[in-house]
Amino acid sequence: MSFLIQPVGDSAIKVLFTEEVSEQLSNTIQAFCKTLADTEIKGVTEWVPAYNSVTIYYQLIHISFLKLKTTVKQIFDRLAVHDAITFRIVKVPVLYGEKYGPDLERIATFHNLTTDEVVQVHQQPDYLIYMLGFLPGFPYLGGLDKRIATPRLDEPRSLVEAGSVGIAHEQTGIYPVSSPGGWNIIGKSPLRLFDPENEIMPFLFKPGDRIRFYAITAKEYEDIHHQVMAGTYSPSIEEVKR
Amino acid sequence: MSEQPLFYVHKSGIYTSLQDLGRHGYQQFGVPVSGAMDRYALQLANILVGNKRDMACLEVTLVGPTLEALRELSIAITGADLQPKINSTAVPLYKTLTMKKGDILSFGGYRNGVRSYIAIAGKYDSPSFFGSQSVDMQTGLGHILEKEETIYGSVRKLKNRISLSPELQPVYQQSIQVGVIEGPHLHCFSNETREAFFNQTHTIGANSNRMGYRLESSPIKIMKHADNWTDAIPFGGIQVPPNGQPIILMADRQTTGGYPRIGTVMTADLAKIAQLMPKGKVRFYPISIEEAQQRLIAIEKQLHQLAIFRAGLT
Repeated sequence: MSFLIQPVGDSAIKVLFTEEVSEQLSNTIQAFCKTLADTEIKGVTEWVPAYNSVTIYYQLIHISFLKLKTTVKQIFDRLAVHDAITFRIVKVPVLYGEKYGPDLERIATFHNLTTDEVVQVHQQPDYLIYMLGFLPGFPYLGGLDKRIATPRLDEPRSLVEAGSVGIAHEQTGIYPVSSPGGWNIIGKSPLRLFDPENEIMPFLFKPGDRIRFYAITAKEYEDIHHQVMAGTYSPSIEEVKR
Repeated sequence: MSEQPLFYVHKSGIYTSLQDLGRHGYQQFGVPVSGAMDRYALQLANILVGNKRDMACLEVTLVGPTLEALRELSIAITGADLQPKINSTAVPLYKTLTMKKGDILSFGGYRNGVRSYIAIAGKYDSPSFFGSQSVDMQTGLGHILEKEETIYGSVRKLKNRISLSPELQPVYQQSIQVGVIEGPHLHCFSNETREAFFNQTHTIGANSNRMGYRLESSPIKIMKHADNWTDAIPFGGIQVPPNGQPIILMADRQTTGGYPRIGTVMTADLAKIAQLMPKGKVRFYPISIEEAQQRLIAIEKQLHQLAIFRAGLT
């Protein structure tokens, strides 16, 4: 494993991994972040994992650039690279199509598929969350089947509702909060991805999780929606060792 | 100390919000840091009223609010000179002031800088999300000040009034030079482009706000085929979108971004940027990380000493 340590201004460093972005690299990054958390380096305030980097923010009054650099190198020296990794699979119900998925039909036509086939292809893989960013709780996912990869909308919508599931180029994603957006929207999940008032679990996802989308009916959507609103719904999350 | 009404808001100003030093520890979940734009002025305001340095203050932008004191209060105003007045009498910045019940704090036009901070001896009450009271409108955390609302909080009596000596008070220029630590995406910019970036005067665009300052520059070229993966973006990061017009990332920036960054403004100079007006001018010069850190440590030491001095008075 090779990496570079670069300063990002005077209060952060970026650990850049030189290998190709892959699921394996993501596992390494998760392991690194876990060790970073366990090490509790004084002066390190937080870190942000991304596709091929981890940016570490620090307070200069507690730790110097050089000291932090050395400490990070030491973490890599004792980083346990296990064959088996553990991760969570978060199951995300989606009502595909119709009013919640205004672009499903167009994607099907674009690829010469039926809407059912697009839904089938979309819910086939488990999607790895490489990182969260852009909006609170927004997962950057890998692994979309190229058969349904579709360019962004020419004209972004001024409002995409929270929970909307979309496709943009070779990426799929889900909006945690309502926001303007140019993704092709194929469905909507009744789950809440970001709830700042929830002190126990404000975020549904974390980096390194896998998302498994599954299709639900309009009736099931309503049921889950009511439970989510009442605070009685617990999402199905499976711990996996592989 | 129980919650009491502090101010009645007669006018809200254009963008008045509670800000502290931001929310830390949640960027990996995509939650922006937010917090005060001018962290130096915020900390000075808190020190003057004997608060902890990181307490929330009202951040006032360009056009200040009109606030009526609902009880006796000790306050301090720092940062930009927006011509504060109490009951129509001009009052100085960087000084602890007393407002009696019924006194009206108002502001005139801006003279020096764009952002002021109003600290009260005590604490403003507002919901705290992820350990911070900072208002972040993009994320939907808290709200900016609204006309006819009442601000609540708890107050402390200040025994002694002090002011900061004039030579320690920042003066904000509208044409500034700031130090930049180059990187991290240097592979996206040629040597000529980097030189061109440092050898021109950039103008602050009108569409600049708490998320970012848009610069009007002769275009900064991004090299073709330079691959760039989305990564974390810091306060002061200078990103270059495909149109070649750089954006300095400020307090309300998102946590990650995909545009290449040519450099990062050193922390010691961020306050100068935060106090720049639209049409303000900025030139960048490269600085080593060692030198940037020495400057930052000097500021930290100064704030620390002032805080200790202040604590000795109470």
